[in-house]
Parts: sequence; C-alpha cells; structure tokens
Amino acid sequence: MAVREDIAETAVAATPRFGGLTVPAWQRLITIAALLVALALPLFLKNFHVFQLTLVMIYSIAILGLNLLTGINGQFSLGHSAFYAIGAYTTAVLMDRFGVPYFLTLPAAGIVCLVAGFLFGLPALRLEGLYLALATFALAVATPQLLKLSIFEHWTGGVQGIVIIKPDAPFGLPLSQDRWLYYFTLAILVLMFAAAMRLVGSRTGRALKAIRDNPLAAKAMGVDTALYKSLAFGVSALYTGVAGSLGAIVVQFVAPDSFTFFLAVSFLVGLVVGGVGWIPGALIGGIFIMYIPNLAEQVSKGLAWAVYGVILILVIYVMPTGAAGFVRLVAGRLNRLMSSNR
Amino acid sequence: MSEASRPMAGLARDDGRPLLAVSDVVVRFGGIVALDGITFDLPAGRILGLIGPNGAGKTTLFNCLSRLYTPVSGDISFEGESILRRPPHRIAEIGIGRTFQNLALFKGMTVVDNVLVGGHTRTRSDFFSDALGLPAVRDRDRGLHHDAKEIIDYLGLGPLARLPVAGLPFGTQKRVELARALVMRPKLLLLDEPAGGLNHEEVAELGRLIRRIRDDHGITILLVEHHMGLVMSVSDIVVALNFGRKICEGAPSAVQQDPAVIAAYLGTAKT
Repeated sequence: MAVREDIAETAVAATPRFGGLTVPAWQRLITIAALLVALALPLFLKNFHVFQLTLVMIYSIAILGLNLLTGINGQFSLGHSAFYAIGAYTTAVLMDRFGVPYFLTLPAAGIVCLVAGFLFGLPALRLEGLYLALATFALAVATPQLLKLSIFEHWTGGVQGIVIIKPDAPFGLPLSQDRWLYYFTLAILVLMFAAAMRLVGSRTGRALKAIRDNPLAAKAMGVDTALYKSLAFGVSALYTGVAGSLGAIVVQFVAPDSFTFFLAVSFLVGLVVGGVGWIPGALIGGIFIMYIPNLAEQVSKGLAWAVYGVILILVIYVMPTGAAGFVRLVAGRLNRLMSSNR
Repeated sequence: MSEASRPMAGLARDDGRPLLAVSDVVVRFGGIVALDGITFDLPAGRILGLIGPNGAGKTTLFNCLSRLYTPVSGDISFEGESILRRPPHRIAEIGIGRTFQNLALFKGMTVVDNVLVGGHTRTRSDFFSDALGLPAVRDRDRGLHHDAKEIIDYLGLGPLARLPVAGLPFGTQKRVELARALVMRPKLLLLDEPAGGLNHEEVAELGRLIRRIRDDHGITILLVEHHMGLVMSVSDIVVALNFGRKICEGAPSAVQQDPAVIAAYLGTAKT
C-alpha cells in the first residue's frame, strides 16, 4: 500500500491539474480558443481596426525576438529597433527597386537580420549586462542616421524613405487588402510562436536558459556559451527583422525616423509588461505598446506621455512580474477556489 | 579491500595508465605560488580524496582540472591525453563531470531541466532542428529524458522533478547537482566540497551515495573535502596538500597518521 501511495504522489507531482485538466491540456484549449477568435475577429471589424490588430501581431513578433534574447538567454538589448529597421528596409528595397513579391522578401529580411545579429553578437560576447545595453543603445541611435546617408540614397531613398504598394489578396479571395494582410501576418505569427515554443523546450532552449542562469556551470556541462550567445543574438534579430519586414508591407512606407531608439524602448516595455521569459507574454506586450499610447492620448492630448507613464507604473505595480506572473497567480487562485468548492 | 570485492576494478586500463594523471603542476598568481609541482595519479574505478588546510591549493587544483586555470608548467592528462589544450566547455565531452562548492544550479529552471542540461554533450542538435522539432532530434531528446528520469529517481528526487530548483532545501539542491553531473555519464566525477553545509546525517548519507555511485556506475571520483570523517571513510587514496605542495599520499589510515599531515592541521609543536 505504502508503495502505491508513493507512486500516486509521484504521478500527481509530475502532472499538476487545474480544475480537472492538466496544464498542457489547458494550454492547448486556450491556444485553440485564441486562434478561433483571431480568425473570426477581422470579419466583424472595420479595416482600420484590422490594420491595428495586424500591427499588434507584428509588434508581438518583434517582442518575441527580444524575449528570446533577454528572457531566455539573459542578454540585454536596447537596439532592437535597428534589426526591425534592417528587416523593414530589406523588404522595402527588394520590393521597390527589384520588384520582388512581398512574401519572398520575408525570408530575405530574416536571413539578413540573422547574419547582422550574429555578427553584432560576436563582439557583444565580451560585454555583460549594462555594458551590452550601452553597446546596443549605440546601435539603435546610429541606425536612423546610417539609413539617411547619401551613399545609400539610391536604394534607401534617404530622408524621404520608400513608399511601397500594398499587396492584394491572392487567388481572387474576397478579402480587403487589410484583412488579407491580417491573415497573412497571423499565419507568420503562428509559425514563429510555434517555432519559439519548440526551441525553448528543446536542448538548445535549455542551453540558452542555462547560460542565462549560470554561465560557468553551463560551460562545465559542455555548453559552448560563446556560440550559443551569438546565435541567440542572430535568431533574436531574425524574429525582430521579420516583424520589421511585415511592418513595412502593412504600413506601406519606411523612413529612417520610424525606427528611432524610442521603438527599441517600446519593445522593452512590451517585454516587461508581457513577462520576461514567458513566450505568450509577447502578445500581451504587443497589445500594450499598440493601444496604451492611443488610450493615453484620448485621456489627455497635452499630457499623453505622462498618462502613459502613470499607466505603466500602475501595470508594473499590479503585475510586478508582468502578465506571466499575473496569469500564474490567477490560475492558482482559480484552482484553489475550484478545489475548495468540490 | 581485495580486488575481488571491488566490482569496478576490472575497468582499470590494461596498459597500466591511470585515468587521470596530474604531473608536476605549477600555478602562480602574481608572485604567489599556489601550486608547486603537484603530482599524483588516479586509477580508474578509485575514489581519491584531496585534503589540506585552507589555502593549501585544493580549489586551485580543482580549477585546473575543470580548465578555469591553466598551469604555468606541468601537465594534466585524462586517458593519456592532455586536457590543457581544451577550453572549459570541451571538458564534459571527454567524460569529466563536476559539482560546485557553493551550488551552481540553473535557478530559473526545474529539477528535470537542470539535470537535462547535464546531458548536453550526449546528443546533438542546433537552433534550426530544435525550432522545427525534427523527429530525429526529438527521439534523441526523449532518450535523454528517460535517462534523466532514471537518475532523478536513483537519487530520490522523483517527486520533485517538475519543481523549480530555487525553492528546494540546500541538501536537495546538492543532490540535483549530483544528478546533473551523473546524466552526463562521466568517467571521472569531480566533487568540490560535497559535504559543505550538510548536517551530520546528510554527510553519512552522502558518503554511502558516493561509494554507491562508484560501485553501480563504475565512475572514478575525485573529491576535495574539508570533512575528514567523510574523506577517510570513502576514499581509496588520499592526497594531502599544504602551501601548494603535496605533503602525503596513500591509504586513508596511513595519511591520518602521517606526522606531516598532523602538523599541517594542528600546527607544528616546537620541540
């Protein structure tokens, strides 16, 4: 009997349940529900609101990229606006100057940013914490000016930037351009989040987290910390670059001053609000940085950023570990409520 | 102990080469000589205890073995091959695992994930195959999960497998470190003060565990330890250091009675 109880206890510890369902089952249920809502939403919304939701998804992908670097691997970046810009410009230049179809520019932007991120990650290996933050800050402030340089003007359009044409829905689908781009972005988002979830749960993901938590011990376990850290930079830049590429297509316009340091800080805000290291948190971060500035402006035009600041402080106060901790807390409370009612 | 009662003695290399050979290792920090020509051999399947008062050079030697320090002269060879040309992250792959003096767990991860990182060198994958979740990679990872679970159960950590390590008691965290080192399937296990911070019963249990690990898995063990009772009860060979020099080497009973060792620990009586 004693042995059996032991086994039962082990099984319970291995698969905690919330309201009769295991955690993975809940995750699957919530994912499917969210996907159904995401698929149905644009059918009930005006084009402008669909466009805004598309931007939410794009920001979420960018924040996810930052989360892989900062939340999973423990490296800071104040320069992700640079990778977003590189992705956006890769797409704009390829579409405008070379007539490449928009969907083919996405992988190109991803690869360009992967290489750029990896190369930036190599010297960044020597920098830790705050020093890395400063180096990436330099990248963020330098990028808009580099894009304005007259030697690149033939491709980048200099200060004027590049206007690109919004693509129509393919195969004669009865969708507006905004709705089509929404579904296109949704498909990319699902792919990129699924890949990130797989990555984080894999051998590579464990090595990245091990480096974040204790680089010395990670080395002793045989993890090539230098290689993983620079590759993490590359993959993170790839995510943010693909987001930038989608952003260019959806907004139909790129210009140097759309990609300032402020954008990099917005990504960081989204990361912290969503929860550092929690992959789905990037979606909440995307919603936050898309809608909260608008909301603040509605409250007071003159003091919009002050209002934004107050909202931000309130959010951090209520959810000190971001939405990640909040979700965990609510799930725990619900579970206790349900088990006490039984 | 006779050869017959030593199940792993058969694993000792036939060519007579020891598994680990430390020869004439010298380490200097600035003008200070931390290790001054240390030489000893560790045959496969044995447990070697490295003792000495504070500042004797035990930790310095340990850090040479895990390649954090490089000796200015001398050599350290493992299975006949020098390890000094290897960077620290390429020590695990040749079969040298370790634990840390003051716990070096991955705090934000669960027990099972910590242990799985220990198996990092046992499988191959990259960002691409892991992000796609290719079947071959997932199969290999499943095999590693199976081994990790076995070792977690072996160390009595089964019910804790899914918990974050950060909240566990100190002694339990030490066992997680041991599990993490074991899943690597090391030939040589380096234990840095494993008894530090443990209470009396836990130390006794640790002693039995160390011997069991050697007997069940045929793992050669080198431990650096302050706790004399533990060292003397588990070791086959004891090496005593003082001021960076080896002052004695031999069976525990002999080392315990060596005048140089007694003097090092108790101070020399002026006669």
